[in-house]
Amino acid sequence: MSALAANVSALCRPRPAGRNILTLAHRELREATRSKRFILYSVAFAALGLAVSLVSASVGGGSGLAGFGRTTAGLINIVLLVVPLMALSAGAGAIASDRERGMLAYLLAQPVSRLEVLLGKYLGQAGALAASIALGLGSCAVILAWKGAATSPSSVAWLAGLSLALALGMLSLGMLVSVLSRKVSVAVGIAVFLWLALVFISDLGLMAGAVALRLRIEELFALSLLNPLQVFKMWSLHAAEATLDVLGPAGLYATEEYGQRLHLIFGACMLAWIVVPLAAAGAVFSRRSPT
Amino acid sequence: MIRIEGVTKRFGRAAALDHVSLELQAGDSVALWGANGAGKTTLIRCVLGLLRYEGRIEVGGHDATRHGKAARLLVGYVPQELGFQDDLRVAEAVAFFARLRGITRPDVRGSLAAVGLDPHRGKRVRELSGGMKQRLALAIALLGDPPVLVLDEVTASLDAVGRDEFVALLKQLSGGGRTVLFASHRLEEVSILAGRVAVLDHGRLVRTVSRDEFLAEQRPRLFRSLGREAAGTAEAGCTAPGGPPSFTARSCREASL
Repeated sequence: MSALAANVSALCRPRPAGRNILTLAHRELREATRSKRFILYSVAFAALGLAVSLVSASVGGGSGLAGFGRTTAGLINIVLLVVPLMALSAGAGAIASDRERGMLAYLLAQPVSRLEVLLGKYLGQAGALAASIALGLGSCAVILAWKGAATSPSSVAWLAGLSLALALGMLSLGMLVSVLSRKVSVAVGIAVFLWLALVFISDLGLMAGAVALRLRIEELFALSLLNPLQVFKMWSLHAAEATLDVLGPAGLYATEEYGQRLHLIFGACMLAWIVVPLAAAGAVFSRRSPT
Repeated sequence: MIRIEGVTKRFGRAAALDHVSLELQAGDSVALWGANGAGKTTLIRCVLGLLRYEGRIEVGGHDATRHGKAARLLVGYVPQELGFQDDLRVAEAVAFFARLRGITRPDVRGSLAAVGLDPHRGKRVRELSGGMKQRLALAIALLGDPPVLVLDEVTASLDAVGRDEFVALLKQLSGGGRTVLFASHRLEEVSILAGRVAVLDHGRLVRTVSRDEFLAEQRPRLFRSLGREAAGTAEAGCTAPGGPPSFTARSCREASL
């Protein structure tokens, strides 16, 4: 008993949060990168990116639509479709699947806090998404360099960075869905619906809203900032040193009104999409039963 | 070591726990006894800080909610069924939970050997039988030699032979002054592991009695359930001359609330 009694005082200092988060992130990264879903999405993303790169490189000429590379334009569209789906479904499964398997309660019965578990899972999934994006866009960059295409490495790097920012925002949203759902099937279903809404309905909604409500151009631009996919699209085009004219009057207004400050505006919007849903997920997770 | 004061837990309007108070000193072994839905598992989840509740729970002086990490560091927990990332190998699983407990150089093989799992350390968790998974959970629970062991109907998913072996292993490893809180509705486990029994009924702590008193009370129920012939066998096993009433594993195996 004396050894156990000594243990009470020896065990009174829990492990620092940062180390627990890294341990949990490592486990989550390993589990995520071994999942069939991750492999499927990564292969699909890389294959589509390679197809766009090969086609655009074979056509020749780096300069295309509105002055930015047609390869970049093609890759932006692929990122807009694949990355949000990948990140939303990864986030949606992160907590709900552990809850369904009974793993979450067991994990939380260990000397870890709920915030550590949430952040560990978030970082692990983020690492897996970063690997997938790097693999997809990296292979595109290799193909483009091999074909001698005019698209610069820095624009691919920018696109990779912005894709990761979009992925992190969607991952946060997915994790919020996950902590609110008891079953992984429900969580993934909601995630797919959100993806559809963000990809398809928002464009149509903005167009319909602009016509029906006679929105002013600044209101239209402000509304488009509410959709992280629109933010990513505008920011990518802006970063590629293209004019936002291609987006219509709202893009023209944004370029003339804000100029280089657009980087700041887009960055703040994307940061909000990363932080706000994750903070909300943390608040919900700290109160909900893990079973 | 564990202090539970006026704990109430509601799910909607229903009270799963209703002003439950219980205190375990260091070295105590207390069985939570009651029918399904009595509140045993809910109380254990409250002690582990998994559920929010009204009242106060302290483990080793640490509030189970506000200082949950520090409280859980003192607790080894074995659930009813191990829900686990089953593509991990057994040794990796032990190493992972050892890291969470802050054990930088865990004696993985020693931990596994203590529960008879060392020969299976290279297997994936999904390849283990139910009994082996419970042994793995016990090995993980004992990492860092925590002074408190919390067990939640740990033999419920095991067959009769597996139950006997696991309870014997628990008896061997849970002693030495460790505080044990366990939920059970098997007299066999109470007979072997408990020092006291806390009887729960519809979320209320009805009474706390010594194991011997409890087993004496339960004897008529056991006899009724086993029938006359089995009762004779149980009688022989239950009353050792000059000693406390106890139940043989065989006679008690069938007896539960």
